[in-house]
Amino acid sequence: MSKIPLQFRHNGREVAIFVDGGTNLLVALRELIGDMTPKFGCGQGGCGACSVLIDGALHLSCLTLAETVAGRSVETLDGIKQGPQLHPLQRAFMENFAAQCGYCTPGMLMAAKALLDRNPQPSRAEVVEAISGNICRCTGYEPIINAVLAAASGGRASA
Amino acid sequence: MPVIVKSFTNAGEAAAALSSEREARYLGGGTLVMRALNEGDISISTIVRATDAAMTRIDATGSRVTIGASVTFARILAERDLAFLHAPARSIGGPAVRNMGTVGGNLFAPIPYGDFTVALLALDATVAIQGSFGGRDMPLDEFLQARERQGGALVLSVSFPRIAGESFRYRKVARIQPKGGSVITLAAHLPVSSGRIAGARVALGSMAPVPTRARAVERALEGRALDAATIAAAAAAATEGTSPGDNALASAWYRREIVGVHLRRLLSGQE
Ligand SMILES: Cc1cc2nc3c(=O)[nH]c(=O)nc-3n(C[C@H](O)[C@H](O)[C@H](O)COP(=O)(O)OP(=O)(O)OC[C@H]3O[C@@H](n4cnc5c(N)ncnc54)[C@H](O)[C@@H]3O)c2cc1C
Ligand code: FES
Ligand code: FES
Repeated sequence: MSKIPLQFRHNGREVAIFVDGGTNLLVALRELIGDMTPKFGCGQGGCGACSVLIDGALHLSCLTLAETVAGRSVETLDGIKQGPQLHPLQRAFMENFAAQCGYCTPGMLMAAKALLDRNPQPSRAEVVEAISGNICRCTGYEPIINAVLAAASGGRASA
Repeated sequence: MPVIVKSFTNAGEAAAALSSEREARYLGGGTLVMRALNEGDISISTIVRATDAAMTRIDATGSRVTIGASVTFARILAERDLAFLHAPARSIGGPAVRNMGTVGGNLFAPIPYGDFTVALLALDATVAIQGSFGGRDMPLDEFLQARERQGGALVLSVSFPRIAGESFRYRKVARIQPKGGSVITLAAHLPVSSGRIAGARVALGSMAPVPTRARAVERALEGRALDAATIAAAAAAATEGTSPGDNALASAWYRREIVGVHLRRLLSGQE
């Protein structure tokens, strides 16, 4: 079966790959582009570990047919740090002990970024809603919610 | 296993491709189809997609509201004219699922899914279908009863009469908040004329293999004022004609026990 050529923006950089029909975006990112930041948790949409932003909106890369991102912009955790500087959300996660095993962290950070990009001063309820598609088996969620709120108020303090 | 993906910019061509091949599956938002592919479902050999702009349109300006099959729940939530549909749209998945899942795909979603379809059923929606024999409109109720036999037809849009938002109510019972599969989903459209309900439509999800109208409840409400006696009579009729099943979220017995309780809460406007 012939491969399908696919071009899109990956963290601001144009990439061109060949995919098999039916390949999902998570496999394309990890195995064909080598970006290991989106994680494979379930492949069923249930855990959110594979979350990425497509044209700024949160998507599950495991349930995204790779070729549907042709010409679009895909952002993963690998793209959110600014040079050697951690993103404010990453810093807040570190300071609030929001990662234990860290497996959910890339997805949590992307879900949190999708929220803060649109709503820089969210309420606690809005944070809970924003990460409701992401499962964490370690932290009990409280440190994650606190980290997102801290990143939001940190942004306000420095603005 | 690789599959063949066929993309069309024209809905008619996509419909023709879909109906000409038995093992072809239409891909909407893909939240259910990609799941099946990731699981290794070998019954899918061809995926058909349509990128027709007509299927992404929302027309909420006329006397009927039309929503294209490819419209996502996030789009519904951004539409101020569709405020009464925000509760059902918000009750689906987490934010990523709402950015991906479509109104068209929800019509085919098996239990415990199909929440938006329950709302559409209470709105007396019709489904516009493009099949190998051309296009036609079909009442949603009829469409759902024959859903297993709809394979090969492409849904273009759903439409329903414009309503006064306050006459519509929706309630999804889930064990996990804010996100979780439905134990039962309830929706009601109760237009009131001179103090009496005229044209009651009540729909239930997870109380039968597909979302169904609760006709006995509708009869108990029709022509009456929405007072305590009417609400009690409607709640007493809640299980009539239902055939719920057991799943990991609840047993059939439990669903029958609680459907009347939640119907009463829905009708009396309780949280
Ligand atoms: C984590 C998670 C949580 C979820 N939570 C909920 C929930 O709370 N409530 C809920 O209702 N659903 C839920 N879902 C299920 C699903 O996301 C939704 O039902 C959604 O509306 C399905 O739409 P889709 O476009 O993604 O469907 P797809 O996966 O694209 O398609 C589903 C089926 O419908 C067919 N189909 C799709 N569009 C058309 C069309 N236009 N014409 C003909 N056939 C078509 C496909 O061929 C396929 O058989 C959840 C899913 C996941 C992964
Ligand atoms: S791997 Fe995509 S949601 Fe779990
Ligand atoms: S830190 Fe381990 S799953 Fe969240």
